[in-house]
Amino acid sequence: MGLIASERDLERNILTTTVDRLVAWARGNSVWPAQFGLACCAIEMMCAADPRFDISRFGSELFRASPRQSDLMIVAGRVSQKMAPVLRHIYDQMLDPKWVISMGDCASTGGLYNNYAVVQGVDKIVPVDVYVAGCPPRPEALLHGLQLLQRKIQQRGAATRAT
Amino acid sequence: MGETSILDRLSHSVPWDRVTAAEDRGRAVVQVPADLLLDVLSAARDTLALDTCVDVTAWDRLPKQPRFEVVYLLGKAGAAERLTVKVLAVGDPPRLPSATVVYPGAGFPEREVYDMYGVVFDGHPDLRRILMPDDWEGHPLRRDFSLSEEAVEFKGHIPKVPSQIIPYFPPGSPAGSGGKTPR
Amino acid sequence: MGPQHPSTHGVLRLVLELEGEVVLKCTPVMGYLHTGIEKEMETRTYHQNVTLVDRIEYLSNYNEEMAFYQSVERLFGLEPPPRARYIRILMSEMNRIASHLVYLGSAAMDLNVSSVFLYCLQDREKFLDLSEMVSGQRMMPGYFRVGGVAEDLPDGFMAAARAWLDEVARNVDEYDGLLTDNLIWRQRLDNVALLSREDAIALGGTGPVLRGSGVPHDVRKILPYGGYEEFEFDVAVETGCDAFARYRVRMEEMRQARRIALQALDRMPDGPVIVNDRKVALPPRAELARSMEAVIHQFKLVSEGMHPPAGETYVATESPRGEKGYFVVSDGSNKPVRVHVRAPSFYNLQTLPAMVEGRPLADIVVAIASIDIVLGDVDR
Repeated sequence: MGLIASERDLERNILTTTVDRLVAWARGNSVWPAQFGLACCAIEMMCAADPRFDISRFGSELFRASPRQSDLMIVAGRVSQKMAPVLRHIYDQMLDPKWVISMGDCASTGGLYNNYAVVQGVDKIVPVDVYVAGCPPRPEALLHGLQLLQRKIQQRGAATRAT
Repeated sequence: MGETSILDRLSHSVPWDRVTAAEDRGRAVVQVPADLLLDVLSAARDTLALDTCVDVTAWDRLPKQPRFEVVYLLGKAGAAERLTVKVLAVGDPPRLPSATVVYPGAGFPEREVYDMYGVVFDGHPDLRRILMPDDWEGHPLRRDFSLSEEAVEFKGHIPKVPSQIIPYFPPGSPAGSGGKTPR
Repeated sequence: MGPQHPSTHGVLRLVLELEGEVVLKCTPVMGYLHTGIEKEMETRTYHQNVTLVDRIEYLSNYNEEMAFYQSVERLFGLEPPPRARYIRILMSEMNRIASHLVYLGSAAMDLNVSSVFLYCLQDREKFLDLSEMVSGQRMMPGYFRVGGVAEDLPDGFMAAARAWLDEVARNVDEYDGLLTDNLIWRQRLDNVALLSREDAIALGGTGPVLRGSGVPHDVRKILPYGGYEEFEFDVAVETGCDAFARYRVRMEEMRQARRIALQALDRMPDGPVIVNDRKVALPPRAELARSMEAVIHQFKLVSEGMHPPAGETYVATESPRGEKGYFVVSDGSNKPVRVHVRAPSFYNLQTLPAMVEGRPLADIVVAIASIDIVLGDVDR
């Protein structure tokens, strides 16, 4: 963190670090996803929001309809060639800091469909923070992915968007 | 269930000598030439009271020519009568009259056949691509359109693409023949 | 109304021409979920295709598999044994209930009754537990095979299924009481998304869309398949032609599906769960240790696949959304030449412009919810 020129500098750095960590903790615990369910994984995402698996106890209380009001994009489902520009557009509309979870095999790697119509992995279009495998991943797997993301947010600090 | 009587009833309204009629696994199937298509569809709607178009699809008979056979499945709402009408589309691009004048429900499926196979339906109100992006080139379901598979990247090894893992075994291939690799 | 929208039930784009709040013209644009499944199915064997088939209409997996295997078995000229038929019908009907619960939950959520959404998903969770008991997977079971089902029902399944069916009956009555006479629900659904009987038939509507417009067309009654002729049930028909009529049709269908499922549970026959033809069905594991022929059959079926006689076929089945059928063309080889899915949501989407033109914008949400559209089916 550079040279400590004086005691005031030291105090300021400690304060910044603490505030940093506090903000990162708050950001991590209140990630609001944008609704981006595409296919079958969207149904499991809905099941992650139901009373048994309850994603809102991890802070994702609401799935916002507008990307401008959300921090997380859970790409749930296969991304077709026609949908790819739309995906990028929605990602660009989100405000920093933003994160992306690629849910399911189709979003992570193209999954079952290795053909002309499906983009082989959504990381060809947007930078992805957490990949959740499964076809479709169980809601517990999605919650685990969300917890990994929360840990990532809290460890990296609030200064910049993670990755 | 009375489907053969459909063929009998249809034979009175249509030049039957140019039509091949058969019963295939319980379905009444007629094979018609392209110029008789609208006549047969209108006869099905008016005389047989088949008021709904259940499905319009096509398949590519490569290497047999003419390649594209379009299949219309007509049915009656509330009853069990069904008729399958098959027609071969010739030309480059293959052309057929649109069935939307007889059955408005054929609008979307004909667009799909156009998108996937390139069969042009004359008289369709809105013939454009429906499933692929508007600027896509090529017709994906044609047999000579490659599936465009990406092999997984490994170091020092190029694995088989998924469709080649179990190769194509033509009918009557001898045991242990290993199948044919390109389809 | 773009592909990413909370109320379009998937990635559907509607190009709307509006005058004030009234919709003048509505053009659906689809293809945002096109996966090339039909072409993929041409590159896999009939056994492998069940994984692709599951993922087309992802809310009613068992009904999809039933539809595909009806066509494939018709090609082979095979008939599964009675126990397999009853198991298939049991799972299909329970899946019908689960799919209609998702309809109810999403339709309610679109109209901001989010508590019903949570209740319905909770009921569906118990069905997913049953699915996991039977096939190992909550969704995408891959349970049916050519000539029957993969494995027999586990112990305790029938009791658990009965318990769920009873619970669902009570809960559906509760949702009925909560919604059917509710003033807000009625005002949003009555006389909204009207589709006349002639339009429904001409535009190719199927399933609850057709039955809500007064046409008693249910493939299970009219063109029975897979053993449905042995079951007693009524067809739910309403003459309202509006979104409320379709809601009532689906509620009644849930009750009738429960009736069928209970009959299947009561009369479940004993016996094998898959046909005994070794060219088509894998031999039981115990036999592999004893018989060389069984090993050879297993090897050939897994590495090469099965060879149906050349020909084509189409068998209509009733999925929760309407008539579903698979047009399968075979040339006698181990992979199908063409598989076409007659997707009910594709045809029901054709009826959407007729439902919403000339109506306020807010009715579009109700119309889409009442069609119960699944974009995986539309786009394949």
